[in-house]
Amino acid sequence: MPAGFTRAQVEAVAALANLELDEHEIDLFARQLGDILAYANQVQQIDTTGVPPTASVGLRHGADRADTPRPSLNRDDALANAPDGNPTAGLFRVPRVIG
Amino acid sequence: MTTPEQQRFATVRTIRDAVRSGAQRATEICESALTRIAADDGDLHAFNTVMRDRAMARAEAIDRHPGRAALPLAGVPVALKDNMCTRGVRTTASSKILEHFIPPFDATVVERLEAAGAVIVGKANCDEFAMGSSTENSAFGPTRNPWAHDRIPGGSSGGSAVAVASGMVPLALGSDTGGSIRQPGALCGVVGLKPTYGRVSRYGLLAFASSLDQIGPLTRTVDDAALALSVIAGADPMDATSAPEPVPDFAAGLSAEGRALRIGVPRALLTEGVDPEVAAAFLAAVEVMRAAGAAIVDVELPHAGAAIPVYYLVATAEASSNLARYDGVKYGFRADPAGGAMQDDLRAMYGRTRAQGFGAEVKRRIMLGTYVLSAGYYDAYYLKAQQVRTLIRRDYEQAFTHVDVVAMPTSPTPAFKLGERVDDPLQMYLADIFTVSAPLAGLPAISVPCGFTSQNLPIGLQLTGRLFDETTLLGAAHAYERQTEWWMRHPNT
Repeated sequence: MPAGFTRAQVEAVAALANLELDEHEIDLFARQLGDILAYANQVQQIDTTGVPPTASVGLRHGADRADTPRPSLNRDDALANAPDGNPTAGLFRVPRVIG
Repeated sequence: MTTPEQQRFATVRTIRDAVRSGAQRATEICESALTRIAADDGDLHAFNTVMRDRAMARAEAIDRHPGRAALPLAGVPVALKDNMCTRGVRTTASSKILEHFIPPFDATVVERLEAAGAVIVGKANCDEFAMGSSTENSAFGPTRNPWAHDRIPGGSSGGSAVAVASGMVPLALGSDTGGSIRQPGALCGVVGLKPTYGRVSRYGLLAFASSLDQIGPLTRTVDDAALALSVIAGADPMDATSAPEPVPDFAAGLSAEGRALRIGVPRALLTEGVDPEVAAAFLAAVEVMRAAGAAIVDVELPHAGAAIPVYYLVATAEASSNLARYDGVKYGFRADPAGGAMQDDLRAMYGRTRAQGFGAEVKRRIMLGTYVLSAGYYDAYYLKAQQVRTLIRRDYEQAFTHVDVVAMPTSPTPAFKLGERVDDPLQMYLADIFTVSAPLAGLPAISVPCGFTSQNLPIGLQLTGRLFDETTLLGAAHAYERQTEWWMRHPNT
């Protein structure tokens, strides 16, 4: 396991997370994430052979419900918070996706 | 006649009884709460938004309500952590990215509180997206501890805890993912209850870590927490993780406190890193419970020491996924194109929006969570953490074969000074040692006041119970509280 983080690693993770970082943040996170993961590495010392993972707890019931249409948010309400919405056309506008 | 001090610190039960009987009007109660907030919140900053008009309209409706005498929270003013949606009232999660977000719906807890006669007076400050232990990670500035204004109130539900501790309101809702109700409860000298995972609907709660998040009350007495829990608990078709377990009248269950309780104490956990005054107050609390008839039993929680790394691996992984929705498209903040350009491309817009919209701690956790879920590291970190999570759960299952509740301090230290730990995130995380294992195991846990340091800072006792057994948990906390007078102390205002 890497004890420290390189700037390149931080930039690769930031790209996966859709997060633009400035130079200061890249250096800061390289150090801090390295420290946190070095600490978190203690979990590697614990024997978990044959132990199933816990993804969620306390659920004792099926979460399915009948697959029937129900009223949902109306379009104007759904668009009301959009930074660049077009309520007339019923659209969220986004910047160009294909160059 | 009641004194102004008594009115200020009146319990949920006292207020609702007075409103039910007509001895006091909901509008008077609401007006007093709004007046206290206006007087004190400039300094304490417990609130991001005060809902004067909506609150007064609700209070008037309660005063006219023909069935008022049966409402379980008639006229009770409530502060709501600002990560729970309120229709038409901005809900920010203390983040710049949601600074102007106006939800088109109410969270289920909001509907239930209002149906029960409660009056929501405002949205309480918190760490951004509930990520933090001090409420310093709010985009709108920190909340101050009413016991010492140069200290943090704990977090992430710091505004909720302060609103209750300072006597602005008798009830607040917080959310708890790794201790965010219990730790600020302890540091502000109030009761904080994290119910069992699934006990309370999370519809309308802005998600942080979906396998851990749970909503619960902050109050000044255990009885008040029980009253509030019965209102907000129960299955909800809008939240598939909400549990169909029946919801008892928790407050009515408190009177049956004669039963001899078996209280487990994991002494091995208390050896290092615990402030001596906290340790002394905790041990004194254990003796109070023993003297009241409880059997004190040593328990082992061998994997509890690994709970912090497990928590920060699991919670950040889930957070990185949950916070992917904040992309500047459907709601919230969108950054302008770089360098005065008319347009940029979609990916650049995402990256800049999130860079400008999120604060440092949220970015740090998104980065950590993205990393532990990424190819090549998933098994070593995320999967491994989930396996150790199973071992932590089993430790508690084993302990609960011979005890009814497990007792620990809530926080290893009292409230620290503002700014003291902001540059050292790992140090900040280590303070969560006693609170992170209950949510990892899904268990209900409560913090109740158990003393003060020599500097007059509150100390909390944490009790953890079995899944869906809030009845025993609240009974144990109530029995302890009734033996003490810590809960009667209030900060100077």
